[in-house]
Amino acid sequence: MGNKGSLLTLTIKLRQGQFLLNISAEIETQAVAIVGPSGSGKTTILDAVAGLRQPDAGVIQVGQKILFDSHSGINLPSYERQIGYVPQDLALFPHLTVQQNVLYGMSNGDAEEHARPVLQILEIQELLSRAIEKLSGGERQRVALARALMARPTVLLLDEPLAGLDVDLRDRILPYLERVREELKIPMIYVSHVPDEVRRIADWVIALADGEVVRSGVPAEVFGFETEKHLAQTDTKKGKQQPTGGSTDESHR
Amino acid sequence: MTELFEVTGFTVLMAGVATLVMLPPGICVAWILARRQFYGRSVLETVVTLPLVVPPVATGLILLKLLGRRGLFGGLIDAIGVDVVFTWKAVVVAMAVMGFPLLVRSARAGFEAVDRRYEGVAATLGARPLKVFWTISLPLARRGVLAGAVLGFSRAIGEFGATVMIAGSLPGSRTLSVAIYRHAELGQDTAAAILIIAAVAIGFVAVHVANRLGVAT
Repeated sequence: MGNKGSLLTLTIKLRQGQFLLNISAEIETQAVAIVGPSGSGKTTILDAVAGLRQPDAGVIQVGQKILFDSHSGINLPSYERQIGYVPQDLALFPHLTVQQNVLYGMSNGDAEEHARPVLQILEIQELLSRAIEKLSGGERQRVALARALMARPTVLLLDEPLAGLDVDLRDRILPYLERVREELKIPMIYVSHVPDEVRRIADWVIALADGEVVRSGVPAEVFGFETEKHLAQTDTKKGKQQPTGGSTDESHR
Repeated sequence: MTELFEVTGFTVLMAGVATLVMLPPGICVAWILARRQFYGRSVLETVVTLPLVVPPVATGLILLKLLGRRGLFGGLIDAIGVDVVFTWKAVVVAMAVMGFPLLVRSARAGFEAVDRRYEGVAATLGARPLKVFWTISLPLARRGVLAGAVLGFSRAIGEFGATVMIAGSLPGSRTLSVAIYRHAELGQDTAAAILIIAAVAIGFVAVHVANRLGVAT
């Protein structure tokens, strides 16, 4: 069980076929990055925190709120977890406009008051009437982030939010993420392959390999030469540094 | 010509009502088969498909035994003062039962084609399952559902065996298929041919629409 000072407590055991995710981490900082090669279990962790996959055993706790505890049989459904999740493919609802996407998770009440700073930070006011398929790559990232933030999450899960964007566009989106971290102060778990991104966003890093935590610490400690080399190799294999084509340029509107 | 308009109008109207009747349960069953794993799922799947493989006359006879005055539900239906057998309501029942499997198959494919990621993300945004269904699953599966509705409607238009068993061939409950059969039986080939042309035209349009919707699913 997590101690009272932890923002996040993750003890997850989850088997998927031959793969076994077996991690235990207490996170006390605001922005934690999970790094590791493909198949190491990064997305599985986010899915488990979001309630989209059920661990076989363990505890998932955000602050004082227990989301999952196999011992006491607690397993909150996703809609009660207050999680803001931006999956790698963003999963923007294609049949809804930007505005409908962004407001999807909002209750009425003080919706407008809550929406204003998020829309301002992410600069998406002008996009609200657009259809999702009319957005460029960078705009899509910002809309997905806004949608997650509008639901007033207690923790934000970002699964390689800048994957598939070219280097230029990454550099233009990163400041938005930094503003979200600094101004909204919502704890976040940030999955990435890119050390530079992690250094800018995260103040704690967990390195995974084969479903286990192999290192954790502040970015400077974890990103030793060997780790960076390993991640760079993984990244190159996956082609993540390359633009994926299509509309990834912000100027293509 | 009067008969052409009367019978065609009646058939299209009944098929439309039957489609509306089968849509809510058809969508529910399609979603359940697409999204839920449970004991007896394959049995449900088989039962839903049965009207496609059982002779329509046999299905009609089963319906007659269930809904007739001395049938399983006959007493209940009698008690609320509703006549079903040999009325337009029997036509609707026969059409709905026979079109149901086609609706479910297509709608199910529509739901299966919806990326579960959308539903999962909607849930993380606080949407309860019913909201996820209405705002995400159903709108994204709409082409499959619509294609299924059109296919079910087409099947209803062409329905003969079950209809003739439960609704007979009485004026006021005579569908295109039943009227064609009656004319053919009486040797009235021209009258039958006119109705056949109407049936083919309606069927062509319906299947064409269903195919176009289905292709985009």
